[in-house]
Amino acid sequence: MKVSGGLKQLGLRQFPYTETSMDNISTEATAGPLELAALKNYKLDHAYDEMFASPDALHEHYEPLLEHFAALPPEEVQRRKQAADLSFLNQGITFTVYGRDEGTERIFPYDLLPRIITAAEWAKVERGLTQRITALNLFLKDIYNEGRILKDNVVPRELVYSCPQFRRQMSGLQVPRNVYIAVCGTDLIRLENGDFAVLEDNLRVPSGVSYMLTNRRVMKRIFPQLFRSYNVRPIEHYTQVLLGTLRSLAPEGRPEPNIVLLSPGVFNSAYFEHAYLARQMGIELVEGRDLVVHDNICYMRTTSGLRRVDVIYRRVDDDFIDPLSFRADSILGVAGLFNAYRAGNVTLANAFGTGVADDKALYAYVPDIIKYYLGEDEILPNVKTFLCSIEKERKYVLANLDKLVVKAVGESGGYGMLIGPQSSAKERAEFADKINANPRNYIAQPTISFSRAPCLIGDELEPRHVDLRPYVLYGDKVTIVPGGLTRVALKRGSLVVNSSQGGGSKDTWVLSQ
Amino acid sequence: MLSRVADSLYWMSRYLERAEHTTRLLDVNLNLMLDESSTSSDHRWLRLLQALGKPRRIKWSGDPYELARTLTFDTENKSSVLSCIIRARENSRHVREQISTEQWHRLNSLYLEVTRSELQTAMHAQALQGSSETPAAFLQQVMEAVHQFQGVTDSTMSHGEGWHFIQVGRYLERATATAILLEAYHEDVWAQPDRVPEGNEYLEWMGLLRSATAFEAYCKVYTADLTPERILEFLLLDAEFPHSVRFSIDSLQCALLAIQSASGGNRAEELHRISGRLSASLAFASVDEILNGDVVAYLRNIQKQCQAVHETIYHLYVDYSIQTALAG
Repeated sequence: MKVSGGLKQLGLRQFPYTETSMDNISTEATAGPLELAALKNYKLDHAYDEMFASPDALHEHYEPLLEHFAALPPEEVQRRKQAADLSFLNQGITFTVYGRDEGTERIFPYDLLPRIITAAEWAKVERGLTQRITALNLFLKDIYNEGRILKDNVVPRELVYSCPQFRRQMSGLQVPRNVYIAVCGTDLIRLENGDFAVLEDNLRVPSGVSYMLTNRRVMKRIFPQLFRSYNVRPIEHYTQVLLGTLRSLAPEGRPEPNIVLLSPGVFNSAYFEHAYLARQMGIELVEGRDLVVHDNICYMRTTSGLRRVDVIYRRVDDDFIDPLSFRADSILGVAGLFNAYRAGNVTLANAFGTGVADDKALYAYVPDIIKYYLGEDEILPNVKTFLCSIEKERKYVLANLDKLVVKAVGESGGYGMLIGPQSSAKERAEFADKINANPRNYIAQPTISFSRAPCLIGDELEPRHVDLRPYVLYGDKVTIVPGGLTRVALKRGSLVVNSSQGGGSKDTWVLSQ
Repeated sequence: MLSRVADSLYWMSRYLERAEHTTRLLDVNLNLMLDESSTSSDHRWLRLLQALGKPRRIKWSGDPYELARTLTFDTENKSSVLSCIIRARENSRHVREQISTEQWHRLNSLYLEVTRSELQTAMHAQALQGSSETPAAFLQQVMEAVHQFQGVTDSTMSHGEGWHFIQVGRYLERATATAILLEAYHEDVWAQPDRVPEGNEYLEWMGLLRSATAFEAYCKVYTADLTPERILEFLLLDAEFPHSVRFSIDSLQCALLAIQSASGGNRAEELHRISGRLSASLAFASVDEILNGDVVAYLRNIQKQCQAVHETIYHLYVDYSIQTALAG
């Protein structure tokens, strides 16, 4: 479906002219020529559009935004965009690009137009995510203890045990408050009918929350009036809630816990975020070499000697965290940390082995998991998923490679993927071989055109695919700050939103009514 | 405070001080060589290299601008101004959450400015044409940036333990660098006390004072009457001038005491003893005694004691063994 023209577009949305004929509007409309120019490349397709309800009408909550934007001369828009970019660069809000010596930092591309979510839409997302994290947490507790769900054959035993993220070491271990997933960042997309669905659960070390927070700060500076007029729910308390969550997970008998953030160090792509969060929470940012374990107690090296550590918000993967228990070649970790954890002398958030619950093959069973533990239907649906480990489904996948998206179950960040409709015959043949060689390692999903939101490309607005990653915190209760990171696939037509693959981000506004 | 953080703050500060020192020496000598002088070009630039502690793999080729370029921009050379700024910034990046945003901005913009590739090309082209304007302006800019950094450090960062480690790094570097600088000038200025100075030698003495930003401050104390004894006395023993060795050691001593009380340890006796001894020996020294003795040995002894302070700081605060720490 093609929009016939920006001017008509804007004329039409002005009730009560909606019913008049096109010709009348193009001559009578009061909208300036800029609006026409800015929207001339805005073409709708079958994907859900965040701004247009139909070719003739905007979603109501996008009207003030477009009005405000259209009233700005292009030079002013560019000036604000530069001001925003500069502000990111000067604050050092960058991510690290691997494999180059100099200039390894880049700013995460930022789109000036906010993505707006209504109060009603958000309420459902919030309920859905709370339900999901509660169920997944119960699932982790179950599989690392009695394993009821496996005995009842709701989830196949071999699927869990064959997952590389399943940590035998966690069996029978009691974690504080039974919380395995303290921090999670679930990737949501909007289907063609406008419903939110879950694309991926990130239960290990989800990142990006600092971009959510800094995007908001920049946005409030660049568009103060617009922001005010919208009644956006605040997100700035995220770090306090995170700190509270971590504190609630402290080992017993440690009323004033010493909480630290464990980072792999300055060369990690998310280092900026680690430093940012530590600073905002007022806790120490430590690296593996700052910590030592002696007699199952974890200490950090300070100028006044060793100081005991009680809670570690770790941003280091399971594999690298303790060379004695996991990968022996890791230099990022702390020798003996796992034993200190097992002994209950230090809490790690998230717990080890949470990755088994965000395995892409296990994902297909999450609705069953929710039903099993909570007796409820899932509020946020899954995307249809074919498991290559099941023969019937594998046959279907192999026969339809050109229509499906194939993903390796253990990969993230947009790596190890085949996007069927955009692939060559050679790539498909390669993937077919890989699937046959290791079926457990692959799943396939239909190519979903997830929703598109307006982005500023040059001087014009064009639609780009977006997803949404809200951040869920789980300590003594579940808290989700209203918003999240909206990631944008900045290349036209692209469906990959990861920052390592040319993605950008937007501020996300959740309206209070 | 984390040991690693103390370590990074300390080195951030040392590297910046080193960058500023190198810059100032280059600036002074590039300026002086324009005048007719009793010092030959070879002598001047070899002395400069000695004053910078003879950086490895740098050879005097006969071209001052080429040498200036190497000492400024050559990242192969670990003590070039650019290397120092890159490392200072790298250290600050490791402790980004410990320093103030203003500090980070100042240092990061300096880094972005000096690593711009056009700048180096321009400098190179200018150097080939023998034009001195660009280096001077550039060097000036680096010095100003470092001064500004020190200013924002003092006015935006809490004067707690971290700030004191920054002071320790700065003053230890400065004391060492000034002692090495004086040693490099020994042959020209103090080796033959009874010699009558030739024509333009005063210019070189001025250059020495300027290399420590001391010319104006010297004049306030002794007037513009330059004599070798007074120069040595001023750069070594003046209690009030911030680049003198004594002032640097006193400031170092203060910062170490503050760290000791902040980190609550009484493990610091040894450190306190050696830094206190150095401080006292400078406070009670007389320039005549020093000149009657072996000046070079005296200056080297100061450098050695600075090194000992550095090592003791490391054993005490950064590099200690777990057993000692648990026992203590």
